Amino acid sequence: MLRQIGVASIENLFDSIPEDLRLLKRLDVPAALSEIELLKRFGDMGARNTAASRVSFLGAGAYSHYVPTVVDHLISRSEFFTAYTPYQPEISQGTLQSIFEFQTLICQLTGMEIANASMYDGSTALAEAVLMAERVSKRSKMIASSAIHPQYLEVAQTYVQHAGIELQHAPFDFVTGQTPISAFDSMDAQTAAVVVQSPNFFGCIEDLQALSEKVHANGALLIVAISEAMSLGLLRSPGSCGADIVVAEGQSFGVPVSFGGPYVGLFATRDKYSRQIPGRLVGEAYDKQGRRGFVLTLATREQHIRREKATSNICTNEGLIALAATIYLETMGRRGVQEVAHQCAQKAHYAAREIAKLEGLSLPFSAPFFNEFVVRAPVEALPLLERLANEKGIDGGIALSRFDSNRPNDFLVCVTETNTREQIDALVDGLRPLT
Amino acid sequence: MDSGISKVTTHISHNEQLIFERSQPGRAGFSLPPLDVDEIPLDEIVPREFQREDNLAGMPEVTEVDVVRHFTRMSSWNYSIDQGMYPLGSCTMKYNSRLNEKVARIAGFANLHPLAAEAESQGALQVIYELQQHLREITGLPGISLQPAAGAHGEMTGILIIRAFIDARDGKEGSAKRRIMLIPDSAHGTNPASAHLSGFTVQTIRSTNEGLTDLEHLRELCAHGDVAGLMLTNPNTLGLFERNIKEICRRVHDAGGLVYMDGANMNALVGVARPGDMGVDVIHLNLHKTFSTPHGGGGPGSGPCCCTKELEPFLPVPRIVRTRSGSDGPDVFKLDFDYPQSIGRVKAFFGNYGMMLRALAYILTHGYDGLREATEAAVLNARYITHGLTSDYEKPFAAPPMHEVVFTDKRQARKSVHTLDIAKRLIDYGFHPPTIYFPLIVSGAMLIEPTESVGRQELDQFIEAMRSIAREAVDNPELVLNAPHTTRIGRLDEAAAARKPVLRWKPAAPPRMATSDR
Repeated sequence: MLRQIGVASIENLFDSIPEDLRLLKRLDVPAALSEIELLKRFGDMGARNTAASRVSFLGAGAYSHYVPTVVDHLISRSEFFTAYTPYQPEISQGTLQSIFEFQTLICQLTGMEIANASMYDGSTALAEAVLMAERVSKRSKMIASSAIHPQYLEVAQTYVQHAGIELQHAPFDFVTGQTPISAFDSMDAQTAAVVVQSPNFFGCIEDLQALSEKVHANGALLIVAISEAMSLGLLRSPGSCGADIVVAEGQSFGVPVSFGGPYVGLFATRDKYSRQIPGRLVGEAYDKQGRRGFVLTLATREQHIRREKATSNICTNEGLIALAATIYLETMGRRGVQEVAHQCAQKAHYAAREIAKLEGLSLPFSAPFFNEFVVRAPVEALPLLERLANEKGIDGGIALSRFDSNRPNDFLVCVTETNTREQIDALVDGLRPLT
Repeated sequence: MDSGISKVTTHISHNEQLIFERSQPGRAGFSLPPLDVDEIPLDEIVPREFQREDNLAGMPEVTEVDVVRHFTRMSSWNYSIDQGMYPLGSCTMKYNSRLNEKVARIAGFANLHPLAAEAESQGALQVIYELQQHLREITGLPGISLQPAAGAHGEMTGILIIRAFIDARDGKEGSAKRRIMLIPDSAHGTNPASAHLSGFTVQTIRSTNEGLTDLEHLRELCAHGDVAGLMLTNPNTLGLFERNIKEICRRVHDAGGLVYMDGANMNALVGVARPGDMGVDVIHLNLHKTFSTPHGGGGPGSGPCCCTKELEPFLPVPRIVRTRSGSDGPDVFKLDFDYPQSIGRVKAFFGNYGMMLRALAYILTHGYDGLREATEAAVLNARYITHGLTSDYEKPFAAPPMHEVVFTDKRQARKSVHTLDIAKRLIDYGFHPPTIYFPLIVSGAMLIEPTESVGRQELDQFIEAMRSIAREAVDNPELVLNAPHTTRIGRLDEAAAARKPVLRWKPAAPPRMATSDR
């Protein structure tokens, strides 16, 4: 090949790189490993993650739900996972129709009118929602509940720091665990949006309906974030409560916890904002013979056309994970999603009832919850949970001191359909002597 | 030989409905164990006003085999790398090793919760740490964060770091005078969008007739003391190495700015040259391009951000660091949040972790020589295509390209055959088209990036297909203008789709009922 193209040597392929910029030494990375050696290395490193095989009650933004076998099988088809963004619709209809179904499913679950093809995750979707609220309303003040996942709030703060947006925090009620409507009394004519999470970081369900009325009376938008999307199988949809933008972490729908990613951000809003929404959209289209197909549409919002005036800088999204969520939701279907949500709620409430019976342990918040709840111990939660893990082999929850030093004794417990009664009883038995 | 059996259909399923149209009430594809705790009435758990009232109407009810057939049929409408060459310029569509997929699915990683205790996640943190070390070596830049989820996310991170550095160096007031981000006219659209998101105003630098950054224009733009930085892709989006890169960096630095390099085209450089040696301050990498993690029909990606020692304090938190327990104890990997100058967190948890596993597996299975060989093959393949197409297509820039090459439709346009038509006709020949109409500065651009994952035979087939289309453009232009002819659907009316967008399925309106259910 070199001879044919008239280049003397491989080195000459790089003649356009000035000599003083060429790397003369070889890279200081190891020599190539064979397949056997590689699997051994990763197998060994994987085995050091002792927490991965534990009975777990960890949630807080990443949830261990059952994933039907077909999900991984279907997303592993070459035609899906080795394809690019569907820029050539005639040879990308598989991806495009899947995304159209994904957008529809997210609308159905959230009760909204349009949804995009995905964002990176729940936290970045929330940040994009805040940016969109500023664009739509031309107002710059945002008031966010402090009962939103702390990492989501951090990410939103990073995104808005140079956008001329002021992100204020509204306190939550220490008794109910909810964000009271009065926490947003500082709303004024400059307020673009109020942001809440429901169920919130502590698992408590917020009163979205009441909030929506107050926010809209003020001419602002209501942004609702959800980290446990499975709650949508049981709880009233944010759309029916009046939300203007709904963002969520879609990991609960068929995606392994995988040490935090890749997950999939869900983003849904009202029809009237179809030209302000960030990210890719797939729409219905027809060819000359009237056959139905699907295309990427309303691209004039996007960076490759609008450059600095785009509604977002996002390009690559979470396509394959959105496909996993689509396959999950279609396999489980209407009744499956309802059943999983129902089991999560029933099991979590069983766990909460049993834990509350233990001497010294209490549930500090009174608001209704879905499948996560806070437990208050008479001692510091972090060492207590460490002992529970070491002595009983159970990851019993997440110490809230990791997020808020004022809550040394509180920990967050999450129960899903994968936790058996036996595991819940073992958790309760394990906690008994430690407190 | 006539076997006497005639085929009744092709293997492509031409008519697969939306799942919602297939749905039949009562069908189910799931199985769950029965509830094993004492059930209490739902109203005692969640007050009625918080309960869902629509019964999830409209969501599909199908069996497992319905789902499998649905997606298998739809998959047959997709082109993919596993079917053949996918020469999308700037996208680096290389083979995705199944071994890396297997690695990402090892239970010790897949089932690990991101908030599990550090001491019990040591293997996962070690993977992040080791990948960081290798990417430092490959870029020649010592600071690194793997938190960004994609290329544009890495860009945003890098530009926020530049902003934070200038804020710290010049103070708020001094920094406020530096709000210009210079971006070449050939850049990816994400560059200006990311700069805007970080509070900068974009000024565009012209490219020269040679396809390189115009140094004279750069000098003019740098003369006003308001430049915060430059975003440069290298090799640039025309596939050309910016040979004045050191001089470019020096000029930006002398003007008080920093240089951001878009690493989208690192597949031309790994093992051959390092951004850190060129004077670049901060760069993002695309693990889903250069390091072979799958594109998955649009994502997920992973966009690590690498930077100089000076910029390191501003990287996102948490950082993953190595310590030792005792003087000769084993390595211990920790999350470190203590960087008060950090721009903050850009994503929940640690980034797209599954992509990190795959990228590390890619690096370890290639080794130092394999990584360089991949670069060599990628550039050789692009040069081979350049050589093969020059007689039939207009090549706007004379310089030999690196890993991708741009041609135009200038000659074919005389017969009213344009880039879009050539792209669609290429589909009939069994290839995915190149990137078209990008970069924007080249009229009718076709940006071709073969990558290293293609052999000579297929390169020859691709060249022959392109040359054949060039002949058709002369002899039978209608054939090209109406392409593709072999796909399930023809060209779709995208303008009509955007005018009245239908973005979701809706049930057909039910027949009017005599009585309301309310």
